[in-house]
Amino acid sequence: MSTDALALSRTELASRPIVARLHDWVTTVDHKRLGILYIIYAMVFLVIAGLEATIIRIQLIRPHNDFVSPQVFNRLFTMHGTTMIFFVIMPVLFGFANYLIPLMIGARDMAFPRLNAFSFWMTAFGGLLLYFSLVGANGLYGAGNAPDVGWFAYAPLTSRTFSVGHSTDFWTLALLVSGFGSIGTATNIIATVLCMRCPGMTLAKMPLFAWLNLVMACLVILCVSPLTAAQIMLVIDRYLGGHFFDTQAGGSAVIWMHFFWVFGHPEVYVLVLPAFAFASEIIPVFSRKPIFGYPVMVGATIAIGFISMSVWAHHMFTVGMSSAANNFFVISTMAIAVPTGIKIFNWLGTMWGGKIEFKTPMLFCVAFLFQFLIAGLTGIMQGAAPFDWHLGSSYFVVAHFHYVIVGGILFCLFGAFYYWFPKMSGKMYSETLGKLHFWLFIVGFHLTFDFMHIPGLLGMPRRIYTYEPGRGWDTWNFIVTVGVFFQAAGILVFVGNLLWSYFRGKAAGSDPWDSWTLEWSTNSPPPAYNFASIPVVKSRRPLWDLKHPDDPDWKYE
Amino acid sequence: MSATSMTVAEGRIEWDRPDRGRVGMFSLIAAEAAIFTIFVVAYLFYMGKSLTGPMPKDVLSVPIFYTICLLSSSLTIHLAAKLLRRGSVRAFKIWWFATITLGAAFMYGTTTEWHRLIYHDGLTISTNLFGTTYYSLVGLHGFHVVIGLMSLSIVMALTLLGHVRSEHAERIDVLSLYWHFVDVVWIGVFTVVYVIGR
Repeated sequence: MSTDALALSRTELASRPIVARLHDWVTTVDHKRLGILYIIYAMVFLVIAGLEATIIRIQLIRPHNDFVSPQVFNRLFTMHGTTMIFFVIMPVLFGFANYLIPLMIGARDMAFPRLNAFSFWMTAFGGLLLYFSLVGANGLYGAGNAPDVGWFAYAPLTSRTFSVGHSTDFWTLALLVSGFGSIGTATNIIATVLCMRCPGMTLAKMPLFAWLNLVMACLVILCVSPLTAAQIMLVIDRYLGGHFFDTQAGGSAVIWMHFFWVFGHPEVYVLVLPAFAFASEIIPVFSRKPIFGYPVMVGATIAIGFISMSVWAHHMFTVGMSSAANNFFVISTMAIAVPTGIKIFNWLGTMWGGKIEFKTPMLFCVAFLFQFLIAGLTGIMQGAAPFDWHLGSSYFVVAHFHYVIVGGILFCLFGAFYYWFPKMSGKMYSETLGKLHFWLFIVGFHLTFDFMHIPGLLGMPRRIYTYEPGRGWDTWNFIVTVGVFFQAAGILVFVGNLLWSYFRGKAAGSDPWDSWTLEWSTNSPPPAYNFASIPVVKSRRPLWDLKHPDDPDWKYE
Repeated sequence: MSATSMTVAEGRIEWDRPDRGRVGMFSLIAAEAAIFTIFVVAYLFYMGKSLTGPMPKDVLSVPIFYTICLLSSSLTIHLAAKLLRRGSVRAFKIWWFATITLGAAFMYGTTTEWHRLIYHDGLTISTNLFGTTYYSLVGLHGFHVVIGLMSLSIVMALTLLGHVRSEHAERIDVLSLYWHFVDVVWIGVFTVVYVIGR
């Protein structure tokens, strides 16, 4: 077909001036380019937010340390949390969804390509707005710097009285703007999955990746919108003198908590469902078996979607709710363990009896299974209201949710990077460096986040600037900080590996893993039109059918 | 593991998928509904919690006429879309214009109500909790009506320039979904603000 034409267009591209090539990227509406833009953008913010975390940990390495000032410390943990959630994990997941969904469902682009570009730039400018606070927040008031109210920005700390200058305004507007971007992308994902599937790909024959991202997009629609509403209220309070969260005028600080966590808890599932999606694609391929219990996996995903909307107030046990409310949220929190447990057993069932190949993506996914299980178990501990009264706002909470986000989501994400890097770049990464990254990171992760639970149990509160010696926290904090350097070394190896492989790596070919979903049937990297002719599928593993015409899947499904 | 791309079987099968415009609009409507839900919850939660006056029962009067205007505009836009599908652009033009007029009348009603509340009753968004929740909820809805009116007017202009034909009926349907949503939200806002909250 068009190998010659492609080669020609590549040399043409390479010879064009850099301004013209940049212009192509800025004005692009191609889902693959936008996906890569999302991913690169998130990587930049990952480095920034990672450095913030490193500074936080250096400050806490020993008691009475004064590496940074208390004011800077408050800004650091606020910016670290906000950046990681809104400008690292969400964009990188949207990037993968953007890149892969059309390829996996045999479409040539997303349903709304221009909305796609709009959403990306909204998200991008939201992130810039957040960091512009460093210079802009001072404003006319001569006070204020980066936001320092914590990532959930509890009222009344965000009121004009306690948060002078524009720092909180930048936080609010950054989230408002990027929230519009997220809603746009979610709309696009839903429309793409439902309306752009290639002939034969019924809902029950979609790759699980598409299913999980569909549920994720529905959750974004239902949970980011309340955050948008709450931010509008905060803007009204701060700029127009409204009283939503103004306790002096009868307003309520607790209702902000409800509004924030109505967003905040489903948000966890917005982040983790795409991670599940990566695992659901990677584990079968490296176990050489189809996914175990496909319909149950879909059902469990939808169940997680529903239950996750009704657990938010387990973030608020220590606020003091009625015992009826406490009971409800304890029970719903426990209930969500059921579909999640089903998923873990299904992944294990996929691996059981398979010919497992421990390539780098698979290593990360196996580590994810163990770590996500532990994160779930500490989640159950805190889901029990009485125990949470002891653990609330302690380092135990910090350890728990980092176990979910780093040990669960980030590990899957690394797996996804290695798994799809050959498709996106056309080059093979270095397996040796990949394994080095894995071992450095897993050692660092466990040093940091295993040992972080203990000072939490011993009563160390989160967000403290420093602490007294002799409370039994010193050694643990030292170990925790040491782990950070292992993780940073792992990230350096990761970035180095990808850059080196991109420029010097061997050509990967279109299907290096002998996989089964449609994205591996086209060139690496895929041409702008994805598929020369739109594929027609008969089963969940179209490439298996193609490679094994004597024993195709559709005979059994 | 071939180095070049493979072609997955081509063939013809019965294949029907939902219209992406409708799916996209329903997603947007779901997101908007979630935003309105939060504002309605805030309104209900803060009902009767204002520390100072004016209170809703002293200053609010039920805008029955303008409510009828807005709700009947759902009927006219439905008629317009139906007539366009049948190919009569002229009738479409008339009913589309009627929709815009009814929507504009509703906005006029809101404007006069707000003018009276601000200048006569001294209620602003910063006066008390009632003011904060009232102006933000009704204002959010009004904002959506204005966006709807702008979109309807663009279609009207395109129609007058002769660019809208019966093959665009699908798109007009998608836009009319949004307008129906704005009307349905008003039923909720009306109930909360003028029936329960007064």
